[in-house]
Amino acid sequence: MKRVRIGNGCGFWGDNLDAPLRLAIVGRPDYLTLEYLAELTMSILAVQKAKDPRVGFATDFIDVLGRLAPIFSHLPKLKIVTNAGGMNPYACAAAARDVLKKAGQPEKPIAVVSGDDLMPRLDELIAAGHEFNHLDSGAPLSSIRGKVVSANAYLGAKPIVDALKLGADIVITGRVADASLTVGPAAFEFGWGFGETDLDRIAAATVAGHLIECGAQVTGGLWINADDSLRLGNVGYPLADIVEDGTFSITKPAGTGGAVNIETVSEQLLYEVADPAKYYTPDVVADFTTVKLKETEPDMVAVTGGTANGITDTYKVSIAYRDGFMAAGTLVIAGPHAVEKARQSAAVFLERLRRAGFTFAASHVEILGAGATAQGILKADHDPPEVVLRIAMRDPSRASIERFTKEFAPLVTAGFAGTTGYTTGRPPIREVFAYWPALIAKSAVTPVVSLV
Amino acid sequence: MKLPLSSIAHGRSGDKGNHANVAVIAYTELGYEWLKDKLTAEVVATYFAPLGASRVERFEAANVRGFNFMLYDALAGGASGSLRTDTQGKTLAVTLLRMPIEVPADPEALVRPGERGT
Repeated sequence: MKRVRIGNGCGFWGDNLDAPLRLAIVGRPDYLTLEYLAELTMSILAVQKAKDPRVGFATDFIDVLGRLAPIFSHLPKLKIVTNAGGMNPYACAAAARDVLKKAGQPEKPIAVVSGDDLMPRLDELIAAGHEFNHLDSGAPLSSIRGKVVSANAYLGAKPIVDALKLGADIVITGRVADASLTVGPAAFEFGWGFGETDLDRIAAATVAGHLIECGAQVTGGLWINADDSLRLGNVGYPLADIVEDGTFSITKPAGTGGAVNIETVSEQLLYEVADPAKYYTPDVVADFTTVKLKETEPDMVAVTGGTANGITDTYKVSIAYRDGFMAAGTLVIAGPHAVEKARQSAAVFLERLRRAGFTFAASHVEILGAGATAQGILKADHDPPEVVLRIAMRDPSRASIERFTKEFAPLVTAGFAGTTGYTTGRPPIREVFAYWPALIAKSAVTPVVSLV
Repeated sequence: MKLPLSSIAHGRSGDKGNHANVAVIAYTELGYEWLKDKLTAEVVATYFAPLGASRVERFEAANVRGFNFMLYDALAGGASGSLRTDTQGKTLAVTLLRMPIEVPADPEALVRPGERGT
């Protein structure tokens, strides 16, 4: 039976820059997928693009492509599928072409998948009766319409198949569901359709895509039982060897660190999933509860039995809107009684802001080292030598947040003995983009595929 | 007798918008059956009460001996708006695995194969 090897060399924007090259050389995938977009990345890219029409995509991809360029002559069949296009896939494609040219590489056919950006059509769509109600609360979009900065439908694998049919070696997309980056190449190679006939196979490939989309998270990263012997410093990124019938194996390049076993795969199978019997993507509703895992070789897990649980007639839409400003700063407080001193330092800090006449929409104090990530659940069982006091504030007023960031330094002299750690300057102020998930009828969205 | 949940299960957690998911995977079939009764949505909701979740729902994935807990509205705004260090609930799995849980008088058959008798 025909098979295809799909690797993932990047699980998020910020992932290791050398991983894609190492995976391509040692793992020899037919397709290298690179995933860059988190829920709110699009809003940040939208704001960037509004300031400069040449940006608004995941610039790390251009760096990665420059590193990959020298090996393309040795791996002429390697194809790349990435959602690095973000809010500006055409500008991303132009930058990709430039970096290949600079590397002295022959031109590679590049295709762009767009049509996910609903922002230019938002009011027209609302007028046509698309409500974009909040997926959880049901609240109407009109309550935040004026503050919306981006609205993107999660496209599926079909436009990626179309791009590959056009002969593209590099496919650059905007907002496409993460798993679809894997489903696309598999469906193209095996001639799968997106109707009922091949739906179980599309679901199986969705499981594969879900397992590899976070890079090293399936090869030993975050594994509960990871230790030094795992050599995570040289962790191998994942490969999915998919067979025409939809069965596949997850593995990693020989000689790399990390591990692929039933524990790493089952942890990732349930990662960021709600109902495992209904994993919604634009391509299929996949049932993860029918999946069977089997260790077939060291660092290889065979995955069978992924099935479809229907298909929806909607795309998920990720909407982001401006929601004020925030900042978070830290100070180190040394003991004895560091926890109590940190608590008192926070009280001093907050009193000074109050005396200065500032109030905030939301504030949060954490004492890191004393159970802050599980506040009220776990606490330090001894008197730690030092703790980190972290104070965060959010408010609609940028000026208030700015004033807040100026209150850390005074504590170094006017606080308690043993206060230090203020060497990084005032904490940066970040605009908050809140997340508004919604649905839209598939019929209202037209994916656009073009060779550029 | 009580042991930390980590002695009979592993797991992973993450975010779905403002909701957190915490997957708990039993090391053995017996452990999975045991946790079906012991690690209910109510038990997890009580343990995580300080997070302020609006509701906790448990899903079963018997094929991997897994339970997936959805902690709705537990992330204080989630990746964008939360003021917490752990905006995305990444630490919730290791925190839950520290929970003491009642085990049978002879828990050997529930612990991770390869780590028995230690």
